[in-house]
Amino acid sequence: MDTIIKAIVFLPLIGFLIAGLFGTSIGAKASEYVTSGLMLIALALSWYVFFDVALGEQEMIKVSVLRWIQSGSFDVEWGFRVDTLTAVMFVVVNTVSTLVHIYSIGYMHHDPHRPRFFAYLSLFTFAMLMLITSDNLVQMFFGWEGVGLASYLLIGFWYKKPSANAAAIKAFIVNRVGDFGFSLGIFLVFVLFGSVNFETIFAAAQTYLPAEGAAAGEAVVTLFGMHLEKADAITAACLLLFMGAMGKSAQFLLHTWLPDAMEGPTPVSALIHAATMVTAGVFLVARMSPLFELSPDALTVVTIIGAITAFFAATVGLVQNDIKRVIAYSTCSQLGYMFVALGVGAYGAAIFHLFTHAFFKALLFLGAGSVIHAVDGEQDMRYMGGLRPHIKVTYWMMFIGTIALTGVGIPGVIGTAGFYSKDAIIESTFASHSAVSGFAFALLVIAALFTSFYSWRLTFMTFHGKPRASSDVMHHVHESPQVMLVPLYILGIGALAAGYFFHDHFFGEGYAEFWKGALFTSAENEILHEYHHVPLWVKWSPFCAMALGLFTAWYMYIRRPELPKYLAEQHRGLYQFLLNKWYFDELYDLLFVRSAKWLGTFLWKEGDGRVIDGYGPNGVAARVLNVTDRVVRLQTGYLYHYAFAMLIGIAALVTWMMFRSSF
Amino acid sequence: MAFPLLSLIVLVPAAGAAVVMFLRSDDLVRWAALTVTLLDLALAIVMLAGFDTGTSGMQFVERRPWVPALGITFALGVDGISALFVFLTALLGWISVLASWIAIDRKVKQFTISLLAMQALMLGVFSALDLFLFYVCWEAMLIPMYLIIGVWGGDGRVYAAFKFFLYTLAGSLLFLVGIIVLYFEGGRTFDILALMALDLPFEVQSWLFFAFLVAFAVKVPMVPFHTWLPDAHVQAPTAGSIILAGVLLKMGAYGFLRFSLPMLPEASVYYSTLMMALSALAIVYGGLLALAQDDLKKLVAYSSISHMGFVTLGIFALNPLGLQGSILQMFNHGVTTGALFLFVGLIYERTHTRSIADYGGLMKVAPVYTGFLALFVLSSMALPGTNAFVGELLVLSGGFAANLALGAIAVLGALLGAAYLLGMYRRVALGPANVGARFKVRDVNGREMAAILPLAVFVLWVGLYPKPFLAIIDSSAMHLLQQLHDKGSGP
Repeated sequence: MDTIIKAIVFLPLIGFLIAGLFGTSIGAKASEYVTSGLMLIALALSWYVFFDVALGEQEMIKVSVLRWIQSGSFDVEWGFRVDTLTAVMFVVVNTVSTLVHIYSIGYMHHDPHRPRFFAYLSLFTFAMLMLITSDNLVQMFFGWEGVGLASYLLIGFWYKKPSANAAAIKAFIVNRVGDFGFSLGIFLVFVLFGSVNFETIFAAAQTYLPAEGAAAGEAVVTLFGMHLEKADAITAACLLLFMGAMGKSAQFLLHTWLPDAMEGPTPVSALIHAATMVTAGVFLVARMSPLFELSPDALTVVTIIGAITAFFAATVGLVQNDIKRVIAYSTCSQLGYMFVALGVGAYGAAIFHLFTHAFFKALLFLGAGSVIHAVDGEQDMRYMGGLRPHIKVTYWMMFIGTIALTGVGIPGVIGTAGFYSKDAIIESTFASHSAVSGFAFALLVIAALFTSFYSWRLTFMTFHGKPRASSDVMHHVHESPQVMLVPLYILGIGALAAGYFFHDHFFGEGYAEFWKGALFTSAENEILHEYHHVPLWVKWSPFCAMALGLFTAWYMYIRRPELPKYLAEQHRGLYQFLLNKWYFDELYDLLFVRSAKWLGTFLWKEGDGRVIDGYGPNGVAARVLNVTDRVVRLQTGYLYHYAFAMLIGIAALVTWMMFRSSF
Repeated sequence: MAFPLLSLIVLVPAAGAAVVMFLRSDDLVRWAALTVTLLDLALAIVMLAGFDTGTSGMQFVERRPWVPALGITFALGVDGISALFVFLTALLGWISVLASWIAIDRKVKQFTISLLAMQALMLGVFSALDLFLFYVCWEAMLIPMYLIIGVWGGDGRVYAAFKFFLYTLAGSLLFLVGIIVLYFEGGRTFDILALMALDLPFEVQSWLFFAFLVAFAVKVPMVPFHTWLPDAHVQAPTAGSIILAGVLLKMGAYGFLRFSLPMLPEASVYYSTLMMALSALAIVYGGLLALAQDDLKKLVAYSSISHMGFVTLGIFALNPLGLQGSILQMFNHGVTTGALFLFVGLIYERTHTRSIADYGGLMKVAPVYTGFLALFVLSSMALPGTNAFVGELLVLSGGFAANLALGAIAVLGALLGAAYLLGMYRRVALGPANVGARFKVRDVNGREMAAILPLAVFVLWVGLYPKPFLAIIDSSAMHLLQQLHDKGSGP
């Protein structure tokens, strides 16, 4: 088993090295086949591990590879820890990654830099696998930054495009803001528990807080003059870790990078910015559930941020015209759902949604890629329309993705993947005892309405109605090759059936047997049972929201296509506010980007230039120069001065010593 | 006495300088310098290979009487604190010769002599066990450095050299006073090990601490003693910058480790928060200023100030993680920043401009160059998997344990680092092929590769498997802390 785990993680690395180092000499075709072939092997092994660990009897597997950093009490290994949570992520990451590799063979067909592209894809996969298999926070951070780097490289893959470079840097730096919190969180955990290894932390966490009713205990850390006792210190650590999650998962306030990341090639968006990397934040909180369960306050914050993100991103998605940006905001919004689930303690539901979302969102992105491929690179939906007869297969695949995302299904009977997971989240939110459950429930249901609206709007604007593209483009519209369509079929099956087959395991009867303790819930956390007993109207509310959204979209874009324009003009302020994404980019640019640059320049000119140099060396120099009557022209003169001064110094010292010692 | 390995390491470059004096052709001079530095590097590797990681004491110790009347001896030795720097100096010495191969085309002989003399003196500083010897090397080293900047530097070299002179002079004078005080307090000895055993009154320790602080803070440099550095770097030739950033800056921090902490333990403990605050200030200040630069070399210079802030932060965290991390980070900084200056030099040789605005799209014309540049940029950003991550992680863990707030401020430096480094990389390497259209740029050749590759190896080696490096540091660092906490329990 050890070898299998190692193979899963390191096969993509080998692919990266081969394509990255020898790509130009072995050629593009070979690079594609080698990386995709290695991914296929890793994929097969991942499913094997999934069946063995998650569905079978296999206990958690631990593999040590090498001691990494050891310094005093700080001890970190390169090591793998594979439990059900990791096994689920194995399947998600490697399935989507393999399909994206294969799809890219078709999609990137014309690009001259294919070896580099496939190398980056495999590098990303390796880093993501390091992240999910880690048995400690530091190796997790390695993977965390590694996926950030790969994302940077892939967003900026077309490096001659200035907008792509800007988006790549923005993604990295916004993530670094989150990582600022994440790394502080790691340090704080280390201060509190004396270790960064999950096993030690989780074991200590069980008994860390004083028992109910006991005294709060002494302050364990002091931060900016605040003395934090144990419970508060845990809350601080959780919130700091969550800040990292917010960056990676593009949550409200740290979300600005995700829409811009769409500058990268579309397969990248499907892999990194929909199915895998952006869910790393969700994974982090789920992995650290033993800590988060100790801090109701931290969980409340997670719920609030998640709910606001779900709502906010959905509102912006309503009016975007770029097909990829609509899906990007949708991703952002769906990640909000997952965080709400985490916040109310329904970890299983969160990971379940992560699992199903990977299928249907990757499907939507790759489908969008197929559309873009068909219309010669156009991404603006205002120049599409009427594509259905020309690209039927793509249409039906996008259709499947849409019904999965909007959660089509009949409560209590059957439904698409998104139906099971999203409804589980909405119902858990209602059932939970969180202080903000009502608030979060309301926002999630409204967001479900918006989700349905923008998803169908996308479908209608792209495929239905009259063609709005130039006749030249329409003339060339063509269905994608099989190498791009087969991945869509596979994802389509997942988007339809993953919910039906797995909901029992992830968040139902088979919960304990499936997770085997990989997700920790405290004794008071009864959400798994309570969410079944919500009132009937709660169960039907997402369904109604979905139906209403579908109807509105149909009415506005099929029945009366002149209506959207009219509404936009009537409510100009609101429309602009949404179209400009609540003006976050402008605000941040002013607050952080410009002010940091301004401050840097100011300190440089004034601090270094005027104050330090002015009163220090230049002031002295000016005086010296006066005295020596501007000998500046004798450039080398100073050299001798200096050499002379040094020698005099040494000579003086020696002389003085001898003088002293002769007494 | 055993084989005089350390003497050999120190004297080989000096002897090399003497030999070079008699060579006529420039090419012969270059090859001689390369041979000498390579031999020195080999000796340094022999030293590391024979280094006993199990003991905290001095190794390869040699003592020869020098001026017995004054208690001055020619005493050399290395422990876990200095061993890596002896190696680093030898490594960068060899790389400096390669970097100057065509960049220096006039007065090659004089330049090479300066370079080799410089190396001998720097090695002397790191291996001296006698305070007098230390001071002689410490001061004399500045002469060749001053020459390198002032003669082979850029257009503003006079101003830069003069500024460098003023700062270091101020530091040296106070250092000298401090040494004299120590000499008498210690019963007229220059023996560093004996001086470490002193137990000075807190009052005296405080005065000495500040005298040393100025001398070392100028070298590190710590804000606000740093303004000489950007000018010196900008004007210095590539080899000068590599040595300046790679080795010279380490001497300030080394001074704290060799003198302030062991000899002035109470003062070190007492002023540790102040020192950590100054370090955090340097990290953020240097980062902000780097953000504002258009001159490639100035940007790297300001980033250096920021990165050295981590080193001093770790030292004055006064705990094992911080101390080990900062020693490792000093080594890392030498490798990474040395490499970055090498890269600036390589592109300057091709374009004769350092203004970032003139570049752009370098990836198209020089893919190997930009590929390796990316590696060192990532290392400078402390991306996990590279050397600086391990160092900064340890430093920040230690810093955070010692003072949460200052540790947190220091982490901001990582954020700024990503901003200015990625911004720089974008404007240099990415975008439309601007640079190729304006200048004739060729990719790196074999000689340049020989300089780059060893540095790249250390970036990944320390990043992925730092154990051997930490093992060298471990015993001596722990011993130093032990002593410090035994003696320095506060006034």
